[in-house]
Amino acid sequence: MNPQDLPRWATSLLLPILNLLSALLVAGLVIYALGESPLESLGILVNSAFLNPEGLGYTLFYATTFIFTALGVAFALHTGLFNIGGEGQMYVGGLGMALVVLNMDAHWGPWVVIPLAIACSALFGAAWAFLPGYLQARRGSHIVVTTIMFNFIAASLMNYVIVSLLIPVGQQTTASRQFAASGWLPRLNEWLPVLGQTPVNISFLLALAALAVYALVMRRTTWGYGIRAVGLNPHAAHYAGVSIKGVVIGVMAVSGALAGMAAVNSEMGSAHQLGLNFTAGAGYIGIAVALMGRNHPIGMLLSAVLFGGLIQGGFDLSLEKSNIPPETFVFIQGLVILFCGAMENLYAPAVAGLLRKMKKPSTA
Amino acid sequence: MALVTHGEGAPPGVPVVEFKGICKQFGAVKANADVSFQIRKGSIHGIVGENGAGKSTLMSILYGYYHADSGQILLNGEPAPMRNSQEAIRRGIGMIHQHFMLVDTFTVLENIMLGVEGALVLDTSFKAAEKRLRELGSQYKLEVDPNARVENLSVGAQQRVEILKLIYRGADILILDEPTAVLTPQETDALFAILRVFRDQGKTIILITHKLQEIFALTDRVTVMRAGTVVGEVDTATSSREAVAQLMIGRAIESSLPRAPYQPGAVVLEVAQLNLHNAQGVKLLDKLNFSVRAGEIVAIAGVSGNGQSELLEVLAGMRLPSSGELRYQDQRLPYAGRHDADGLPAVYRTLGIAHAPEDRLREGLVKANSVALNAILGHQKDAAFAARGLLKPEAILAHAERLVREFDVRPADPQLRVGLLSGGNQQKVVLGREIAARPTLMLIGQPTRGVDIGSIDTIHRRLLALRDAGIAIVLVSVELEEIRVLADRIIVMCGGRMTGELAAQDFDTTRIGLMMGGVSQTVSP
Repeated sequence: MNPQDLPRWATSLLLPILNLLSALLVAGLVIYALGESPLESLGILVNSAFLNPEGLGYTLFYATTFIFTALGVAFALHTGLFNIGGEGQMYVGGLGMALVVLNMDAHWGPWVVIPLAIACSALFGAAWAFLPGYLQARRGSHIVVTTIMFNFIAASLMNYVIVSLLIPVGQQTTASRQFAASGWLPRLNEWLPVLGQTPVNISFLLALAALAVYALVMRRTTWGYGIRAVGLNPHAAHYAGVSIKGVVIGVMAVSGALAGMAAVNSEMGSAHQLGLNFTAGAGYIGIAVALMGRNHPIGMLLSAVLFGGLIQGGFDLSLEKSNIPPETFVFIQGLVILFCGAMENLYAPAVAGLLRKMKKPSTA
Repeated sequence: MALVTHGEGAPPGVPVVEFKGICKQFGAVKANADVSFQIRKGSIHGIVGENGAGKSTLMSILYGYYHADSGQILLNGEPAPMRNSQEAIRRGIGMIHQHFMLVDTFTVLENIMLGVEGALVLDTSFKAAEKRLRELGSQYKLEVDPNARVENLSVGAQQRVEILKLIYRGADILILDEPTAVLTPQETDALFAILRVFRDQGKTIILITHKLQEIFALTDRVTVMRAGTVVGEVDTATSSREAVAQLMIGRAIESSLPRAPYQPGAVVLEVAQLNLHNAQGVKLLDKLNFSVRAGEIVAIAGVSGNGQSELLEVLAGMRLPSSGELRYQDQRLPYAGRHDADGLPAVYRTLGIAHAPEDRLREGLVKANSVALNAILGHQKDAAFAARGLLKPEAILAHAERLVREFDVRPADPQLRVGLLSGGNQQKVVLGREIAARPTLMLIGQPTRGVDIGSIDTIHRRLLALRDAGIAIVLVSVELEEIRVLADRIIVMCGGRMTGELAAQDFDTTRIGLMMGGVSQTVSP
């Protein structure tokens, strides 16, 4: 059996688990070198991230953002476009959201402000991704290059907007003014008190809905059929009469809209303001989440929760263990990306060989 | 002149290659099952069989690409396990692939030396190599200018360079995989002459082909394979085409197929002064004029790469013409005023133009998708398969099941990935899909390329049935045999121009061959 012929359960379940264990093993060695017990540390991490309900709430809060940014990557990836621009699209999406909230929160109730703010974040994110999509389709500018550039442009633009226009006079923090309560997303602990004081909010439900819609669009619509044809075989898609340029532009706009909506979770759900650099690299983590989840809705949900858990658990770990610095989660995250993304097929030949050996006696 | 031999004094009568019980399995498919036969030294040995009969797998095992699950290969009576192709080359086996492994911008000499430079400074080895090359060239009547650039050589000459490359490396056993697919009839004759010289000088040649006329024109002995096993072995001198064909497919093929009398209807397609050039300004199509009527098959003959592919693409809406007019059912096709052909094939398709492309894996199918999803490619928005943007999975599956049954696609599983099917079955999916669309004009490129003989017959009958039903058909093929069987009228192209046009009853291989080579014949109206 060749590595590329591995059965589905092996590629989508066994290999990611082996990769994840490898990442944890290396992380454990480093923790051991720092003078702490790897097993005890793992226990703290797992407990804080997944077992303790309040910790789980934080994990899901972080995961919400990653689901949106991962969807922005996955959508484009189906057409063969590598959208690196989630970071910028999310940032500019935040601007769309803030414009609605800051102008309306004093006069309108949450039923008006929240849907409009979410829609506007999607619109701004879509517009920011439309431009690279248009340039790719009509001018042949490579999407990877343009989206990276657009991340830098977004950072500079938002720096100007927040620092020069949005900071209220006399405020020290680099952020807009606080939103009024009608611009706050309802938190899930209002219905599930067990979650305690965690910021996980209704945008988590929106993220789950987005995953479902994504799966539906890809599998059951003519548009998704065309998108996948373009990604799998652009020549055949052209032959079939699919407008490749139309698909590229449309898909990039939707990707941008999804990444743009990622802004809503942290800013309307927790910070209640538009902060400088609030994206904090979530756009880039979205790439890792999409790759590790292999574009599959459930895979991406699981890997988003994993990355959320690493942040939450790693933070608590550094609080409890004096030898472990708070940056540890960045380091473990890096290992996970390394093993699950960059070296995802590390064990494929070995697994293929093992399966071959197991199969032989039964067929002979 | 002494013969170059690698026989190492093997006693006469010992076969140069012997396969002993070779078995090779891919998943559930037995590509080779207990294959045993011998190849005599200094002979031209043919291996024929349908696609998927296991010829290529067997040769890949001989050449060290694959490892046999069991069985062994003997060279000159000695067991010779082939661990990789380097080892095969070292043992004197050389393989000519269908796609040449040459660096276009290198000279012949540079190509031949690539990988066997032999010294850090090239100059001295170049001189020695050039001398040796000229010797080999005259010994085997394989004249090629060592200093010519490969990109400037004709396809036939490039193939000779490939052969020289192997001889230079000391190959004694040459494997040729469908070597004539890219050649004109004249070039084919030249190749055969070279191969006969090789045989007469003691080399052994293994020819893989599906063309029976080549077997009988060239080989001494032929092994017939079917479904991974050897089903027969005959001396060609004492056998007949019909007998070998019957062994191959298990039943006789017909040299002509039943067809209704030629009664063309109204003009469906009219091409006037059609020109096409690429971005560099190179003319790909040059002032084409022809028309196609309902109920006739117009075949475009020519060596591949002379504009036929581009013509089909323009007619199918995949490319815009540079100038000229395309009229379909008395309407101008809606290509005017467009910047590019993006999405245009969908428009043509709704007008009733179906297209089975030449390269079905590149254009006609999405390999990673199921048969069912491929059965609606290009028709995914038809009301039968989708409503308000949502696909109808049940309708799609039912359609695919019907198609699989009607066109005898094997295995008959619409959920199977289309990339796992054999070439013939993939082609049935494409043709079935296009025919099911009930077109007015059907464009078909290389309908039987890489298709086994059993399926060729089925496909030809289908196309004739379409013609009899009054559909206008444009057929592009490089197989003259296919054109002879199918065409009502034949247009020959060379270098993007029409070099001739003739009616089916005037079919003449020599004349068409000359036209394919660019020698214009009187164009009959």
